This record gives sequence, structure tokens and C-alpha cells, in this order.
Amino acid sequence: MSGTFVGMPAFPKAAHDAVHNETLRGNLRHATHTIRAKRANAVAELSDWAELREAGKRIKDHTLRHLDRYLVQLEEAVTAAGGTVHWAADADEANRIVADLVKATGESEVVKVKSMATQEIGLNEALEAEGIRAYETDLAELIVQLGKDRPSHILVPAIHRNRGEIRDIFRKEMSEWGRPAPEGLTDTPTELAEAARLHLREKFLRAKVGISGANFMIAETGTLVVVESEGNGRMCLTLPETLISVVGIEKILPTWRDLEVFLQTLPRSSTAERMNPYTSMWTGTSDGGAEAGDGPRHFHLVLLDNGRTDTLADEVGRQALRCIRCSACLNVCPVYERAGGHAYGSVYPGPIGAILSPQLRGTASDIDASLPYASSLCGACYEVCPVAIDIPEVLVHLRERVVEGGPVTREGNKVVLQPAKGHAAERAAMRAARWAFTRPGVLRSGQRLASRTRRLHPRTLPGPGQAWSGSRDLPAVPAEPFRDWWQRTNGGNTEKGTSK
Amino acid sequence: MSSRERILGRVQRALADVGQDDTPYEQAVPREYLREHGERSVEQTVDLLAENLADYRAIVHRCTEGELAALIGRLLAERGSKTVLVPTGLDEEWLGATDAERVPDRGESTPHELDRVDSVVTACAVAIAETGTIVLDGGPDQGRRRITLVPDHHICVVRVPDQVVSAVPQALERLDPARPLTWISGPSATSDIELDRVEGVHGPRSLEVVLVSGRPDAEVTP
Ligand code: SF4
Repeated sequence: MSGTFVGMPAFPKAAHDAVHNETLRGNLRHATHTIRAKRANAVAELSDWAELREAGKRIKDHTLRHLDRYLVQLEEAVTAAGGTVHWAADADEANRIVADLVKATGESEVVKVKSMATQEIGLNEALEAEGIRAYETDLAELIVQLGKDRPSHILVPAIHRNRGEIRDIFRKEMSEWGRPAPEGLTDTPTELAEAARLHLREKFLRAKVGISGANFMIAETGTLVVVESEGNGRMCLTLPETLISVVGIEKILPTWRDLEVFLQTLPRSSTAERMNPYTSMWTGTSDGGAEAGDGPRHFHLVLLDNGRTDTLADEVGRQALRCIRCSACLNVCPVYERAGGHAYGSVYPGPIGAILSPQLRGTASDIDASLPYASSLCGACYEVCPVAIDIPEVLVHLRERVVEGGPVTREGNKVVLQPAKGHAAERAAMRAARWAFTRPGVLRSGQRLASRTRRLHPRTLPGPGQAWSGSRDLPAVPAEPFRDWWQRTNGGNTEKGTSK
Repeated sequence: MSSRERILGRVQRALADVGQDDTPYEQAVPREYLREHGERSVEQTVDLLAENLADYRAIVHRCTEGELAALIGRLLAERGSKTVLVPTGLDEEWLGATDAERVPDRGESTPHELDRVDSVVTACAVAIAETGTIVLDGGPDQGRRRITLVPDHHICVVRVPDQVVSAVPQALERLDPARPLTWISGPSATSDIELDRVEGVHGPRSLEVVLVSGRPDAEVTP
């Protein structure tokens, strides 16, 4: 994975530092609590949420268990629509493919849509090494890029920055990258957004190459879908002559109709909106139809593995590949709220990061070995997840792997992981556990919580689906539901060993 | 071995524990969720669209077909728009009451040229009441995706009730995935700065939606 986070301290150390950063904690608490409350309202509007969630889960599981077939079908559909498909086994290969494609256009700068896949592979740095400058165009990513910083949240990557800091970054850094910040820029969000608009517009209008990820790819039709708010995505997807999309192989949906599930659950889980302001869908290159030349003339899709097939090989852990990156699990996580996104040392922070990163990267490093412990197992992440990923189950599974060892797949090969006893990994893990377990407000250790909708989700799939779920256990019903505990203790903030 | 073969091989080995499953896709996934939420009359569905559009800070107008040209003329005048982008297949009568100079949607126009245009007027393919969304499919009366993106002011005309559906599943049924599609729910917005919502970072800062009804008795809400 990316070099971005190389040298990150393991979770407990990073979390320890973050907990003492008052600004960070204040910003995070405000953000996560605001989104959390709004999300609950947006979800409550749909009386069939449990059924949508179940359908989303089943669509993703079905896709994963036939992933080879759907990948080939997608490739055929994209190719038939005028696009070119590339396959990348790891980050280096993906970066090389993209760099070569950009070089072939003769351009030395590209505009980018916010994309976790390209962060995961460290694309910007790889392009920089080839003399290609990549401009992030999402406002938050721009703030992160100008601030020479790292994103800390999936959805609002600059959530750790407040308006004063953002103004200072704009004043100081914008001129380095293009149009400088306007004279006398204040810290009102409107002025800051306007400064970003002017700064980025000059880049959009001259851009010849755009780079994006995708939220969904439709195998049946070859359609790609990007969901966004600002319009920077639309700029990058439609103005350049060449578009390169780097997408994880797990982002496939079999049919066009499947979007009816995810276009309902994703926006409400993510930004808590009924629908995000902009969704773009395109199929190959669009030179047919009444409006010829609508959008890029060249379209390249880079299908990225980079540890995903290894994750798929793990019977318990593979469910992490259902993730649609909505970030709902971050906003309800008491550990994330206190530790902040950077502590996870990965582009995927929060509960999903704690299970995805160690699977994509393996658990060889201290940080990856400690991530399965970066949780209180309170179950809130599972309750909100729109594709019902049982994050606590995977966390426990990964903890066992770290401490006891066992068979895992790395780069397509079956290997036996040694127990971490006496090794740095275990020490890191134990430190992480101690960090978490000595904070009573953070932790409801080992509790598995019944969600109101759980009854509707059979824990074992019938028929051929059994193999997926055969190794799962049934949750114990807790004495006190998580919501009640949460309300009673103000999200763990007022609970100091004794309950009120 | 190519990376394609390598990845497909890894997928197959990773799934060795899963076993055969030949259930056709239509039967593999339960679709017990609803086609739409709640029961509404046609009028109520249109009202909900207007309400949800406004909730996302689009400016909503209603008029009859006969009043449409005058309304569009007024909206352009109020903005002080001197130039207006026009898709090739837009009903000419819609712009019958404006002096604004027409700029045709052409493949050769550069982004810089589009950036100098004040407003754009388009039709739409379908509108979704429950989410407050209009969908453009690049049809002749909607034009290329970029013309509704670069100018700062977009007027979108929705024919009610024909083009209005209740919910997302019904909209997808009406759309052709082979066409480039843009779903728009309110104007461009960001919440990246301390979660304060700011409109118009990159897309149009003003979205005006005109719900035009063919019925003579439709009321006008200016
Ligand atoms: S794990 Fe679930 S809740 Fe978390 S980001 Fe992924 S889809 Fe959303």
C-alpha cells in the first residue's frame, strides 16, 4: 500500500497523542455528532431500511462469490463501450499504468476527484516522482494537499482543521500551486469556498487529463458511477480529453437495477442527505447519440487488486469487501471520535480501517498488528453499516490471527502466520488493548449488541450461501442496549467508572 | 502471466471454500424493499418534489405551458444574464421572451468559452420526488454534461406530472445506462469547513427548477 503512512506509530501511540490534541478532539466530536444525528433522521424516512440493508448485503455477497465472472463481464462491457481496461495486481503496477497513460498524453498535470483507491496506492506521490503534478480538487482534499497533511476522515478528510487553520493554509500555500488566495481572505466558510472555487477553476478549464475512482461499476452495462457534492467530480469527469479511473475490484454491482438499493442507502448513510447534490454515470466514451463528444474521448479503467483477493480468501474477513465507504461507522465510533483518523495510520480510518487495512496490508507492521485492537467492540459500527458488515466479528477474528497465528493468504499465496508471542506485533497489540481497556468511557468490552433490525438478518444464509456464514456465531443480547448506554453516558463522555 | 490472469486466478482460489452456486441472479437477491415510500396522489408527488428541491436550496417555480416563456424571460432578466446556453433540441418557444444572446451547445466550445456564459436553460429526463433530484441524460433538449456545470446559473424545466416519479427505483427504470447521466439534487454544495454548508463550490451556485404543467388551471407560484 501507499508510502504515505510509512513510519506511522502504532495505534496506541498515535491515539495517545491525538487524545491530547484538544482542537482535534473538539472538531471531531462536533463533526461526528452532527452527522450522526442527521443520519438517523435521513434513515428514519425510509420505512424499508432493514430490507434495503439486507438487499445491499446480499448483492455484495453474491458479487464477491462470483467476482471472477463479473470482472470479465465488466471488462467486456467497458471495452464494448469504447473504454480500455487495465489490471493492476498491486499499488506499484497501478501507479505505473497510470503514469504511463498520463505520459502518453504528453501532459504533466492532472486533476483528481477525491478517491480512496488512489490514496491507498499513493498515486500522487508516484506521479510526482515521474514529473506529473496531481491536483486534488475536492475542497477538503485541497486543504489536506495544500497543508501537506493527511486525510483523517473518509467523507470529510479535513475534519481535523478548523476555519482559521484553513484560511492560514490558503493564504500561505495557494500561490505555490496556482492562483493565490484573494487579498484579505477571512475565515468565513463562504469566502474560503470562493477562494477554492477560483483557485481550482483555472485548473479545471485547462485540464486535459482527469483521474477518478468510482463508487460503483455495473458489470452488465459497463457503467461507472461517481457520487459527490461539490461538482469538482463532474468537472474532472467531463472536461478533460482523457479520463483514467482507478477502482478496486470489489466495487462491482451485477446489474443496473442494483443501483436502486445503493443510491438510497449510500447518501443517507454518508452525508445524511436524501441524495447527494451530484451523481455522474458514464459508460465508456460517449461519442454516439445525439450529443456526440459529451465527455472524455479516451477512457481507461484500472482494476485494482492490491490485497483485495487476499482479503477475499479469508472466510470471516472477506465481508469487509462489501464496504461502500459511506463513513457511517466512523461517526458512531467512540474510539475514532477520541483518537482521530490519523491514528489509524491508513487511508481507511475508523472501524472499517481497523478491519480493512490489516487485511489489505497484512499484519506484519506494528500499526497493522495493533489495528484490530483499536476498538471497544461496542457494536455501534455494525448497527449503522448499510451493508451490515459485522465489524466486531472481523476484529475478534483478526485479533486471534495476530496473537495465535494461522493460515492467511498474502499476494495470492497461502502462508501460515506465526503467533505473535514475544514479537513486536503482540506487544503492540497488548499495548493497544491496554490503552483501550483502561478507558472505561471508551470501552464496553466484549459486548455484542442486538440491533433492532438484526432479527431480519439471518446469521446463517440458507442453501449455497451457507459456506459464507458457516463460521459465524450468534450474538449474545446485551443487558443494556447500546443506544441506551450512549444516551445515558452522553456517548461515554460522562461515564467514569460509575454510571450516573 | 498477465496481471489479468493473476488476479482472476487469485479470485478463484480465494473462493475455493464457497462451492458451486448457479442460482440465477434474479433469484439470488431478495428485493423485499419498497418501490416507493408512502402513498401519494399525483399532485402530492409533485408537491413533494417541489418541497424536497426547495429543502436542498433549489429555487422552485411553477407555471403552465403558456406562461413558461415569460417566466424564463423574467428569471434570466432578474439575474442580469446577457448570454444563455441553449441545447440543440430545446423547444424554441421557451426562450421566446428573452433578449439574452443565445449560445448554442457545440462540441467545439472550449471550457473557457462556456465559463463566460451567464446562464443555461435545459429540460430534464426524469425527476425524483422523494429525493428532490432531477436527472439529465444528455438528450437533445438537455445538451452535453458540461453546459449545466460550468455556467453559474441553471434553469431546469420539468414537465409535471409526466416526468416525475416517486422514488429512485422508478427513475432507474426510465433511464438508459448507455447515455451519460447527471443526477442533480440542489446546487453544488460543500460541508468541508466545519460542516457549514456552502453552496456553489464548483457547479452552478443557483439552480432554478421550473415545474411546468400542461393543465390550464395550474397555479403560479412566483
Ligand atoms: S464499513 Fe459499513 S458503515 Fe463503515 S464505511 Fe463501510 S459501508 Fe459504511
